[in-house]
Amino acid sequence: MRFTWWKLLSIALLLYAVIGGLLLPVPELTQLGETIRNLYFHVCMWFAMMILFTISIIHSIKYLNNKRAVHDIKSKEYAAVGSYLGILGYATGAIWASYTWADPNNPAYASFGSIMREPKLIGAALALLVYGAYFILRNSITDIDQKARVSAVYNIFAYAMLFPTIWIIPRLLPSLHPGQEGNPALNFNDIDARMRIVFYPAVMGWSLLGVWIASLKIRLEILKEKKFSNE
Amino acid sequence: MNKLNKSLLLLFALSITNFLQAQEETMANTMRTNGKIYVVVAVLTTILLGLLAYVIRLDKKISKLEKE
Repeated sequence: MRFTWWKLLSIALLLYAVIGGLLLPVPELTQLGETIRNLYFHVCMWFAMMILFTISIIHSIKYLNNKRAVHDIKSKEYAAVGSYLGILGYATGAIWASYTWADPNNPAYASFGSIMREPKLIGAALALLVYGAYFILRNSITDIDQKARVSAVYNIFAYAMLFPTIWIIPRLLPSLHPGQEGNPALNFNDIDARMRIVFYPAVMGWSLLGVWIASLKIRLEILKEKKFSNE
Repeated sequence: MNKLNKSLLLLFALSITNFLQAQEETMANTMRTNGKIYVVVAVLTTILLGLLAYVIRLDKKISKLEKE
């Protein structure tokens, strides 16, 4: 096994994120309570997703430059793992929101209705659907070169769509979701120093785990490709 | 050999849990303080380690395939 330093770093950072994330002190805020610790997990999913999508688009551009199949495989697998982390981010956000945003005085369906109208949630869902279309598009083209070329171009469009859907439009509309006036958790005035020492390592740990899983899928895909060409 | 190792490990783990239970009856240990948060930490760490072990195993298997 290729036990490189970043794999060990990922394991160490994730263990630190879980243990330190649950035990180290956090600011006491009404309504959030201990759920503020979700920052180390829910927000990290989105950060890791964004990093993986960025790696994916870099490989798409590389593919369009030199037409080497390995870049196509890489851009596909990084996008796949990125989307998976995005779905996990969405799911964890749904759990978190239902215990912090929902008004206990309202019936459940009324709170659900208002939560589902959140621009951040709609934007994130849109972004994930755009990436979902990427995989459908890939699988619908049988010609290998055409598939790689069309999906590389689409991947660039999908990445560009991330900016209006998750970065710009949700910030223009009123929302319960934090981070209205800037980058949530990235802004130094916005995040407590006690949380920063866990949050940044956690982002790195989760991103490295995503890269690790993607690298496994890439190696498997390359093996398949080799086997296919040998037969 | 591998099977023997695994059963030995299991026996070892069981004896540790037995030991912990025996202690709990007389005095509160770390696992029972702070609203039992350490239990949650232990559970999450176990899940995380399990998942990481799975990824490592996959990595090893793929490396083996690559050598062939």
